[in-house]
Amino acid sequence: MRKILSTALLLTLCAVNSQNCNSSLSGKIIDLHDGSILPGATIVVLENNFKTFSDIEGNYTISNLCNDKTYSIKILHPSCDTVIFKWKASYGKIEKDFKLEHHLEELNEIIVKGSSYKDQSKSVLESQISNKTLEKYSSASIGDALKSLSGVSSLNKGNGIVKPIIQGLHSSRIIMINNGVRMQDQEWGKEHAPNIDVNSIGKITLIKNASALKYGGDAMAGIIIAEGPKVAIKDSLYGKTMLFGSSNGRGGGITSQITKSFKNGIYGTAQGTFKRFGDVEASDYIMSNTGLYEKDMSLRFGLNRFNYGIEGYYSYFNTEIGILRSSHAHGAADQIRAIESDIPLTIREFTYDIGYPKQDVTHQLSRIKAFKNLGDYTLELQYDYQLNRRFEYDIRVGNDRDKPALDLKLDTHTVLIDLFGPLGDFNFKSGIMGRFQSNFANPDTGVRRLIPDYDKYDFGLYTILDRKIDDKLEIETGLRFDYSYMDVFKFYKNSVWEERGYDILFPDLVVEEFSNQVLVNPELEFNNLSATLGFNYKLDDNNTLFINHALSSRAPNPAELFSDGLHHAIARIEVGDLRFKSEVGNKTSITYSHVGKTFNFSINPFINNIRDFIVIEPVEIRETIRGNFQVWEYRQTDAQLLGVDIDASFSISNKINLNHQLSIVKGYDNTMDEPLINMPPINTKNEISYNNKELKNLKISLQSEYVFAQNEFPNNNFEVYLPITETYEEVDISSTPDAYHLLNLNASMDFKTSKKSSLTVGLGINNLFNTSYRNYLNLLRFYSDDMGRNFLLNLKFNY
Amino acid sequence: MKKQIFLLPLLILSLVFTGCSDDDDHDDHSHPVNEQEVITTVEVTLSDGDNTYVLSWEDLDGDGPDEAVVTGGTMPVGAYDGSIQLLNKTVEQFNADGSLNEEYYITLEILEEDLDHQFFFNPINGLDVTAIYTDMDSEGNPIGQQFGLVASNAGSGGLNIVLLHEPNKNAAGVPDGDMTNAGGETDIDITFPVTIE
Repeated sequence: MRKILSTALLLTLCAVNSQNCNSSLSGKIIDLHDGSILPGATIVVLENNFKTFSDIEGNYTISNLCNDKTYSIKILHPSCDTVIFKWKASYGKIEKDFKLEHHLEELNEIIVKGSSYKDQSKSVLESQISNKTLEKYSSASIGDALKSLSGVSSLNKGNGIVKPIIQGLHSSRIIMINNGVRMQDQEWGKEHAPNIDVNSIGKITLIKNASALKYGGDAMAGIIIAEGPKVAIKDSLYGKTMLFGSSNGRGGGITSQITKSFKNGIYGTAQGTFKRFGDVEASDYIMSNTGLYEKDMSLRFGLNRFNYGIEGYYSYFNTEIGILRSSHAHGAADQIRAIESDIPLTIREFTYDIGYPKQDVTHQLSRIKAFKNLGDYTLELQYDYQLNRRFEYDIRVGNDRDKPALDLKLDTHTVLIDLFGPLGDFNFKSGIMGRFQSNFANPDTGVRRLIPDYDKYDFGLYTILDRKIDDKLEIETGLRFDYSYMDVFKFYKNSVWEERGYDILFPDLVVEEFSNQVLVNPELEFNNLSATLGFNYKLDDNNTLFINHALSSRAPNPAELFSDGLHHAIARIEVGDLRFKSEVGNKTSITYSHVGKTFNFSINPFINNIRDFIVIEPVEIRETIRGNFQVWEYRQTDAQLLGVDIDASFSISNKINLNHQLSIVKGYDNTMDEPLINMPPINTKNEISYNNKELKNLKISLQSEYVFAQNEFPNNNFEVYLPITETYEEVDISSTPDAYHLLNLNASMDFKTSKKSSLTVGLGINNLFNTSYRNYLNLLRFYSDDMGRNFLLNLKFNY
Repeated sequence: MKKQIFLLPLLILSLVFTGCSDDDDHDDHSHPVNEQEVITTVEVTLSDGDNTYVLSWEDLDGDGPDEAVVTGGTMPVGAYDGSIQLLNKTVEQFNADGSLNEEYYITLEILEEDLDHQFFFNPINGLDVTAIYTDMDSEGNPIGQQFGLVASNAGSGGLNIVLLHEPNKNAAGVPDGDMTNAGGETDIDITFPVTIE
């Protein structure tokens, strides 16, 4: 009886099966990069071992698919990475095109756009910078390259120190990932630029929200992911060398990279960069002491197999950056004179020498990473060690003349374990992070340590789930928890300790008392929760909507907690607060994106509400032996940022393209009801480009960059009594510079030098009309104009 | 095999944590940094041969919140020999062997780098005095650590004293004590209340 029943059941099941297995899937196999069709691709349905090929026009058809069943469709093509798509069949004849990504077949790297299986976040439209664009910035910095994306501006200190700002926020509110490693390089400092050689990177991805929880939960602004170039699994040896020079700064450099790979999966890449520039020039004068000297190298080697792989990476980055001589204000009266003067107070002959003040920063990063496929799951392990050494030299007297005023050594060890794979109808990504960090502020500088010695332990745990509901809708959600513990040894002046009321609040923290200072040992703990929820919805083949909400939490950084003295670089006294708690941000971003044959468009409005946002603002004037200084205190408030980024491109013909970008961001301190300081002004970039593939791939582009004046800013002006003139003078540090318009011209041509090598010659002129302008987001704007016209020459050899 | 893979990360984690917490190579945080270039104290000594008057300015916590303690002077009309002493009282006055600590006496450093320093004297708020340089650097330009002060008329106001680092000592007016064209950077900018009777 039982046997009959089960047979009947089986029969019914089969019947049901055959009844619903009339669906078919057909479409084209397309090259992801240029949209060209790919004939001869093998398509395998893993569930039933059905096999077919795409025809001469790239068409394929798979029939007899069962409704509601999820299939794994594997697509192989000789010049592409093999991929497996998961697809759930529904009734009838379904059309679907598959896009494949090329191997590094041509040596010119490829632009990866929206490859669905590699997204860092499903509900935020990612922006990317391709290798080609990065190469245009080979003589500049990673911050300059990032600025080419809408929504990204930069906080500069002169031309050498360029910190990215994403939708109004910067420094510790941005996570910067370099080859899978979260950079730990004193990034909280306003004048500390990211320590990454732009030439060591193959691709940059920008996520303008905290949704990529894998990397951390404190990216109130967003996440920047820089990756090395990909290496194909085949026998090859290739490389490139670029020589670049620029008229402004009268310098240049060389960057070179060579890759060897084998079919068995073993590969290695070596890369190095050398750059040297002298003083750069504004339109009318030399900006003295703005030279730059950079030496970088990186090594990568590994083994990549289908089921497992291991990779080692090491990079060395060293930069020596001169800081405009006339920006150094020793006393209040000096600062007034410097600000009031139309031109820098110190203008010297051009030189390559870098004098004081200057920064000398070395960042070393080593990382080992391995992955193993365990059936449906992939396990990834990573250990990295970073050593950051930062020297800042000031203008000092006597025996201390050549001693750094700041000498910080930051060691960071991180272990990451990630596991990802399917979980029911979902894909999950989950992982844990352990980090130990130790900061050592060398007392031999003879300058009191504003940033104290500390040991920091971090522990993080996250899970992200995403699910393709149907062809149109894909949802994702994630949760992350971070715990940090800081064990700090900090000296406070007795007077500061008492004035802040710490002697009453934290008497137990005092470890030792000295004649005029106390040594205290605060032990701080932060528990931070972050989360994300969002979806993307395909309205049709051309239009997609992304909506994401991210909750992020950021523990205060060492400067916000511990600053307590004169910051020479900006001639003000800065005071932090031991009692700060974590900032909590809630950012919602919506992106509507249209991708068409000739017209592409995306619009991304966002709103970011941050509770306990840490700001610094002037509170009083303090008399010192060098005159009066402003005292700026950090405080927590509620802030709101809102804005919109718009991108559009239009192909007039197959040779002529128009590109447009517009970014608007507004930031307010809700408690004080005033604008936030250093919000990027509205800016728009518009470009017309011509590309003729038949004529040596000739490219010519003219870009216009218009930056409006920032008309919303807090008034932080203050009055200083000048004994000599016996007057009170207002020091205007708030007013913003006028709007400006720059034109940049770029041209390049490719020449085949032999069968396997080619030469690309690029010529550019930045600031074509030598416009003199000042940039609100340049910390040196009080003292000097920005950079004048710059002729750039770029020679790239591929071999 | 699978089990081992999961054990490996734990092993690495434990290595990292045990390995690092032991490496306390910087016990240096037990020593405070006493800033070597800080000027905490300025003493101006004025003498007419019979009497000596000392103007003093002291701020022991530097850029900290404590206010400076300023002592002015009241003196009769006359001509005075003046000298300036700069001290850093955040360091010890004597070395362990009993000798004078050079870092305590900032004046010595100023005089060593005489070409890079110059004092300026500005009578303000109604004070009617004239200062003249009585010392010179190795190139024959004034330093101002030694000076003469002539007070011809009674009155009261402030005596502002400025020490500039790397001024242009040859600029117009600068050798005569006019700092308008001097440039440079301010090491000291303080004012003493002074009354001439």
